[in-house]
Amino acid sequence: MYFAQEVLASSSEMKKKWEDEVRRVAAKNPDQKPKWTTVSDLEIRRLYGPDDIKDLNFETDIGYPGQYPFLRGNQVTGYRGKYWTFRMFSGMGSAEETNKRWHYLLKSGQTGLSTAFDFPTLMGYDTDSPKAKGECGKCGVAIDTIEDFQQLIKGIPLGKISTSMTINPPATILWAMYCASAQMAGIPLDQIAGTIQNDMLKEFIAQKTLMCPPDPSVKLISDTVEFGTKYVPKWNTISISGYHIREAGATAVQELAFTLRDGMEYVEDVIRRKGLHVDQFAPRLSFFFNAHIDFFEEIAKLRAARRIWAKAMRERYNSKDERSWWMRFHTQTAGCSLTAQQPYNNVVRTAVEALAAVLGGTQSLHTNSLDEVLCLPSEHAVQIALRTQQIIAEETGAANTIDPLAGSYFIESLTKEMEEKAWDYIHKIDEMGGMVKAIEKGFPQMEISDAAYNFQKQIDSQEKIMIGVNKYQTEEDVEIPFVDIDDTVEKEQIARLNDVKRRRDNKKVAECLKDIKAACQKGDNVMPFCIEAVKNLASVQEICDVYREVYGEYRDPGIY
Amino acid sequence: MNMSSRKIRILLAKPGLDGHDRGAKVLARSFRDAGFEVIYTGCHQTPEQIVSAAMQEDVDLVGLSCLSGAHTYLYPKVAELLKENGADDISVIGGGIIPDKDFQPLYDAGLKALFTPGTTLESINSWIRDNIKPRG
Repeated sequence: MYFAQEVLASSSEMKKKWEDEVRRVAAKNPDQKPKWTTVSDLEIRRLYGPDDIKDLNFETDIGYPGQYPFLRGNQVTGYRGKYWTFRMFSGMGSAEETNKRWHYLLKSGQTGLSTAFDFPTLMGYDTDSPKAKGECGKCGVAIDTIEDFQQLIKGIPLGKISTSMTINPPATILWAMYCASAQMAGIPLDQIAGTIQNDMLKEFIAQKTLMCPPDPSVKLISDTVEFGTKYVPKWNTISISGYHIREAGATAVQELAFTLRDGMEYVEDVIRRKGLHVDQFAPRLSFFFNAHIDFFEEIAKLRAARRIWAKAMRERYNSKDERSWWMRFHTQTAGCSLTAQQPYNNVVRTAVEALAAVLGGTQSLHTNSLDEVLCLPSEHAVQIALRTQQIIAEETGAANTIDPLAGSYFIESLTKEMEEKAWDYIHKIDEMGGMVKAIEKGFPQMEISDAAYNFQKQIDSQEKIMIGVNKYQTEEDVEIPFVDIDDTVEKEQIARLNDVKRRRDNKKVAECLKDIKAACQKGDNVMPFCIEAVKNLASVQEICDVYREVYGEYRDPGIY
Repeated sequence: MNMSSRKIRILLAKPGLDGHDRGAKVLARSFRDAGFEVIYTGCHQTPEQIVSAAMQEDVDLVGLSCLSGAHTYLYPKVAELLKENGADDISVIGGGIIPDKDFQPLYDAGLKALFTPGTTLESINSWIRDNIKPRG
């Protein structure tokens, strides 16, 4: 930012004086530790000043909300017109039980829905598969057919409330269930709003819900983008996710870089494979970040993300529509920052992380429950987590003014530093031939492994602190109510699936699956065929088995 | 010192559909740095695959990591299959989010040790040094 020469000169003189003082005082009272770093091990200086931001250009680097480069947010009115969406990720046991939890959350003031599926659903297996044994309903809701899905959304006004679904390999199928359910309820596809996560690149890198190899996985994603562009214009067909990359142990810069480079890979694939113009689909791309415990680093990361994306869209892809330049994102507080020890402390961690997300300008937020590190969240714990957001929105004043930390020497300097470090990674991946190639080489996986191992060693040596884990431990932990899913959930779910298979027209299902197979083989868009198949009660696994048969199965290479 | 004594060989495995592999991968590196030989299976292994790999690789120890809640089924299954195959001289340990109430049933099923969040790498390494001897 511009400072008059005299200001810089006197600042430099004052700085020298201060540095002398620091040396004198520190000689008597040494610093508590030699190096002060973020949770991601980024070194932070003792003080930031005009020198650190003098190279920033106000017009091209900072600007105003709703204006390029969108550092200060996409929304011109900030949070005054509408707070971020209070969107709690939830799903457990049967569709009926999850539906009950959703209605409870909506009654408690939640403004958007977000679905957690169980592992068999996430991986494209039905509950009766031998591979699914022991997993049903444990980490989310079990969905085998559209009948389960309709039970899940019972009483939810599809045309009014937006629903997000954390689903990746079978995203085409779960989205088809949503579209089919809307059609069957007489709601036109152009009125439904929501998000499917549908980001396979980060699955190979981090979350590991896997099915087919990278190339056909990206093809299926491009199918959804194309279908959404044509028929479901209010739907976010990808939520390009850094959350899981971070949870796997990445640093904040790695989260930023790998996520945005994943986004660029999808843009390039849709342009190449589908022949769409970037501005036909890019406005519907959305993002999903982690809000970790290092307060300022997270705020800087989110601000940097907006600026990088705007620049990439405009300069790299020649996008002309400013809606394509907007980075719209959801945030979730960091599960990996929570501790099983002294679990009530997690309320404090989550509050700090949620505040960082808000000061970073998130448009949607999930706050973790204090017990999520131990089990599925109880109703009471979820309520505290939701109330945390409501307190930040309506009591703290954090939403009063837009991007309140802009212009801070530290925040602007850190934002710039993280942006530059992220671009270094992005260019490195470009040189490897893109993200699919980098993943095949194991590059992002190894970078994250390094960071995760480094962090664990720092925890073990107390170089980094987690309260209750390696400092201020207590002998006995408080008991918290424990939510468990028992085996009857699995038995009942299998019975439901068997019942559907008995009642449905199996000949029709076989035809639908044949159509999907043909579409896969010809490279056609699978979405219309998936919608038809789920309407005819084809199961998640039956369709995924077709994908596995045509595209092959991907096995985790176990890179460490 | 017996120069022919080989290093402790560990199969680190992720049974079931869970993909949370941060802990397993950190442990794989830690085992390697601690001087053990380590084979990491990657995610999504069935108990049958794990047992077959353990026998083929002639390991001394199988370490299981699962964070989905399916440990109550998967860990005992691995121990049971090792026994069925006459390979229960291979020890099995497990880690993850394991509630207190699950400890005894898992020990009863043959698990030798369980490690939960907050455990240091060194405490796992030293448990292995104290309790596992290279077989043959």
